[in-house]
Order: sequence, then structure tokens, then C-alpha cells
Amino acid sequence: MEKEQKEELFQNRVERLNLSSDNLLEMYRTMCLIRQFELMADKLYALGKVHGTMHLSAGQEAVAVGLGRAVRLDDYLINHHRGHGHFITKNADINLMMAEFLGKEAGYCKGRGGSMHIADFSSHNLGANGIVGGGIPHSLGVGLGLQMQKSDQICISIFGDGASNEGVFHESLNMAALWKLPILYICENNKYGMSMDIERVSAKLPIAQRAEAYGIPWFYIDGNDLLTVYETARNAAEKIRSGAGPVFIETQTYRYFGHSKSDRNLYRTKEEIETWRNTKDPIKRFGSQLSESGLMTDTLAEEIDKEALSIIEAAVAFADASPDPDPSTVTEYVYA
Amino acid sequence: MPEITYLEAIRTALWEEMKRDERVFIIGEDIGRYGGAFGVTHGMLDEFGDKRIIETPISEPSIIGAAVGAALLGMRPIAEIMFMDFTLLTFDQLGNQAAKMHYMFGGKATVPMVVRMPSGSGTGAAAQHSQSLETLLMHMPGLKVVTPSTPYDAKGLLLTAIRDPNPVCFIEHKVLYKSKGEVPEGEYTIPFGVADVKREGKDLTIVTNGIMVQKSLAVAERLSGEGIEVEVVDPRTMVPLDKETIIESVKKTGKLLVVHEACETAGWAGEIMAVVSSSRAFDYLDAPMRRLTGKNVPIPYNRVLERAAVPQEEDIEREIRAILKGEY
Repeated sequence: MEKEQKEELFQNRVERLNLSSDNLLEMYRTMCLIRQFELMADKLYALGKVHGTMHLSAGQEAVAVGLGRAVRLDDYLINHHRGHGHFITKNADINLMMAEFLGKEAGYCKGRGGSMHIADFSSHNLGANGIVGGGIPHSLGVGLGLQMQKSDQICISIFGDGASNEGVFHESLNMAALWKLPILYICENNKYGMSMDIERVSAKLPIAQRAEAYGIPWFYIDGNDLLTVYETARNAAEKIRSGAGPVFIETQTYRYFGHSKSDRNLYRTKEEIETWRNTKDPIKRFGSQLSESGLMTDTLAEEIDKEALSIIEAAVAFADASPDPDPSTVTEYVYA
Repeated sequence: MPEITYLEAIRTALWEEMKRDERVFIIGEDIGRYGGAFGVTHGMLDEFGDKRIIETPISEPSIIGAAVGAALLGMRPIAEIMFMDFTLLTFDQLGNQAAKMHYMFGGKATVPMVVRMPSGSGTGAAAQHSQSLETLLMHMPGLKVVTPSTPYDAKGLLLTAIRDPNPVCFIEHKVLYKSKGEVPEGEYTIPFGVADVKREGKDLTIVTNGIMVQKSLAVAERLSGEGIEVEVVDPRTMVPLDKETIIESVKKTGKLLVVHEACETAGWAGEIMAVVSSSRAFDYLDAPMRRLTGKNVPIPYNRVLERAAVPQEEDIEREIRAILKGEY
């Protein structure tokens, strides 16, 4: 009985949101693609193929896909350092992403940026940022520019829980509200800023309620439930596009891997990680909703996963075949 | 040619460029009704409206951050930071963001923005409103650094700055705002990386910028009466730096004095000396290269102390005479 109710809820929701089975399966595929990218990144690091650092988003896929599919592809994205997933939802070329990750000339930024600085201006992806909160004020300028250009595009400003204690967070929220800028703020709360539990460094939670101080509508939602993220972000984007000013969404989620490659997970328990993995995993949750409603068979689920892996493996092959940048070009691109 | 002030020259450049290019806007504190802390943007709110003269809260990091974002979108933002000292609040946005984006995104991003910042001592504003921090900015590849010393240079360099596809730090010396000079009407630009020999001479080269150009010129004029001819070279843009003009001048005079208001330690005088000493001009030197700079102190409030903290005309004269007599 309970199961039937759940199915009904999911079906109702899908209908209300007017999502086709193709839409749903595409979202599932994209989540799997992100997961496979992150797993491969971790593997490549273990193999000693990654020169620099990386910040993996495995466990947070529902935020990236729910948000990415709720907005338009021509909306501007200002990304944070744990941004592979968001980049993938911008329909990035996985080959160029992987090549950038491995520091190759064929990469999105010709190997100059790496994992933390992937950008693709042709797809309105204004870049990931290595400074926590560093990108938040850029959204002000994008918002102002869009207003001046009388555009109906919006700017999506994504940052983690840690960034909410940076000064520019508060400065920017104030100005965005003051000027009714077309900005969708997404605080991707994965519980930890490096090792620091957000509860230990924030006087009051949820973070999203800070938006209240600036008169910005806010939502604190389950970031591991794909359709919740999708619906909240879609409604927000619509409101912002109508000229109502910014909206703030905090998505509660969790990262499975450590902060970066030096992390030995000394600040959290294995049980905590396993609990999130086993009971709240966004891909498993959405996958079982699709299975239970008859939209995806086990065979199809396996195929999707295999397909994702083969895309990632092809990207690694592409990146491996790409040369390193020529050392004589090291001083190029300092100035335009 | 009409004479206008340094301040009017800057305003004229802003005004003309905003008329010419609708992507240009100004963002900063008190730049509207107040007209800017020094009055540079006076009257511009009425002319261009509050969508292009954007007054902000006191949030310097986000002023620069907003300029970065707008520049990425293809706009041409001009940010005003009320005092250069306040740029220290913005160093993430200037140094980690604006300066790095073109490079770290593999040449795909351009950040065409100008940050105007009044610098320098002489107004009794004390330690937190009087600094000359151009060396800090020069040390961050990706930024261009401009230090106009005359109204003519201010206008021509500012037009170039606004049209440049890179982040440009435009450093205005606040004591120069009221100084007057000939400025032609209408549009002209001055290329970056081209030093101006403000005065020719055969006996000694002074390399200097900002207000110290004016002080050096005054001393040079006086010494000319005694038959001492000092050449004054104004790089005008510290980044990019016109090394050739400096090297050629030192080859001619055989003596170098670098004068700047910024404090001595790791100041850019050392950079100029390194350029000269590792160039073909080295063999032409008849005396040790010397520098005359601000002392390594915060700028004090008291008038007497404030004067004592940075080079004055009498100091420049004393240094020139010392070098020429071999008393160092």
C-alpha cells in the first residue's frame, strides 16, 4: 500500500511537471555520466595520471542535473571548484573536459586551467573557480549586463556551504536583491567545507535563511532528490526570468569522496559515508523511482551505466592521445 | 589648445567613451549625486542615468567582482575604488580573478575592465588613504598598470584603458587632480608601453611616474639654469613597461636616478635598476644607479611628517647633485 502511494506520488509529480519518459531517462543518463566521470577521475588519480588536484562531486549528481535541466542551456553558469557535474549538464564535450582534467592542449582551456578552472564561453559556462566564493560577485556583473542588454537569460551562481561565510556572499546577495538582478543562487551544501562541518562554523542554519535578511525568497531542499531540485529550480528560474529578482536555493547533499586528493576523511566516520551512500544516493533513488513506475528495466539501467562508462573511457583515450602543451607557449594568454 | 585640469581630463575621457560605446558603465561608491569622492564623475548621473552610473553599497570586493562578471559578458565596466588603499580589500577579485582569467581559461575569456583608483599622499589623509601601491599590482601578471602624470596623458591613456581587452588599473594621483595642462578637444589615444620623455637632458636620467614627474620637472628646470640638464622619463604605463626608452636614455646620460612616492622596499625602482643593469646600458653607467623613494613607513597625518615620508623637490635636487658630484 505504502509502495503504491509512493508510485502514485512520483507519477503525479512527473505529470504535474510535464516530464516525458525521455526527459526522465535523459536526466538519469546524465547523472550516471557524471558519476562515471568522477569515478574515472578518482581512478586516474590512483594510477598517477593526474598532475594536480581535483574535487569530486560523486553523491551530488541530483543537484547538477535537477538544476541543469530546470534552466536553459543559454543561461549563464558561474561554477565552483567542485563543478564537473554542472559542467556536464551544460552538455559539455566530455573529451575536452577529460583532456583539460589531464592538462592536455586539447582541453577546454588548453591545459592551463585543469579541473578547478574549466570554462566554455560558447556554452555560457563562465568558468569554475578555485577561490571559495570567488565567483559569487561575478554574478552581479552578469546580472547587471543582462539587465542592460534587456536579455531574458539568467545567471546561475553556484557555491558550496563553505562559501556562505565569505564576505562577498553577503555583499553580493545584498546588491542582487537591491537591483533585482536575474540571479539564481544555488548553495550546494554537502555538509563539509574541506574538513569543517558547516554546523560547527555557522551560527544559525539552514544557510538559506540568510537570504531572508536581504529579502530574497529562499528554499532549503533535499538536494539528493532529483525532482525536488528540478521543480524548485524550475519555479525559481521562471520567477527570476519574469524580473522578480534573485532566488536562493540551498540543496542538502553529500560528497562521497574526500575534499581533494590529500583528504583522508579524518573528520567524518565511515558509517556516515556509508549511510549516505546506501540510503540517500541520488542515482539509486531516482533509478528505483523509474523502475517502480515501469519506466526503466534493470537491463536498461545496466545499459545506461555501460554506455556512460564507454563515453568516459573514450574521453580518456582522447585525452591520452592529446599532447601536452608546448613549453615554449607558457607565456601565451597572459594578456588578450 | 585648451587647458583643463587632470580631473577634467579624466571626466572628459569617461564622458566621451560612454557616449561612444553603450557597453561602458561606471560602478562605484558615491559616484552619483555626490559626483565621486574627488568629483571626477560630477554631472554624469544626470547625463547617463542610474543604469550606467551605478552607485553601490560599501562593498569593494563585490564592486570589482561585478566588473569582472560584466566584462566576461562583453560589457566595458569601469570600477571606481574611492582610494587606492581600498583596493587591498579587493585583491582576490583583482589578483585571483580579473588577472588570471584570460590565462587560466586558455585565452577564451577576456576581461575588458578598468579600475580607477586615486593614490598618493599630500592631503593629510594619513596611513589608510594615502598609499602608492602600484608595485603590488605590477607583480600580478594579467593586470596592466597605468600612472598618468599630466592631463594630456590622463585622457589619452584612459581612452586606451577602456578599449583594452584586459583588466587595467588606472592610478590617478589625487594631488594632481587640480593640476592643469593642454588637452586637445576630441578623441586621441596614447598607446600603452610607450614612455614619454617629458624633458630631454644629457647629464642624468630620472625615471619617475605620477606626481613625481611634476616634481622632477620643476627641479630639472631650476638646475637647467646652472647648466645641469636632467632628462625626465615617464613610463606612463608601468605594465607594460617601455624598457627601450629607459635603456636608451641611460646610455645617453650615463646616470640613473629612479624616483617614486611608493615606499622603497621591493618598490619598482629596483625593477628599473635591474632592467638597466642587465641591459647594454650597463656599460654606459658613470655612477651607481640610485633611487629616491617614499620611506618605509605608513603615511603619517602631521603635515611636516607627511612631507618627510615621501620625496620632495629638495630631496630630488640633493640626490641629483650627489650623483653628479660622485657623493654617494
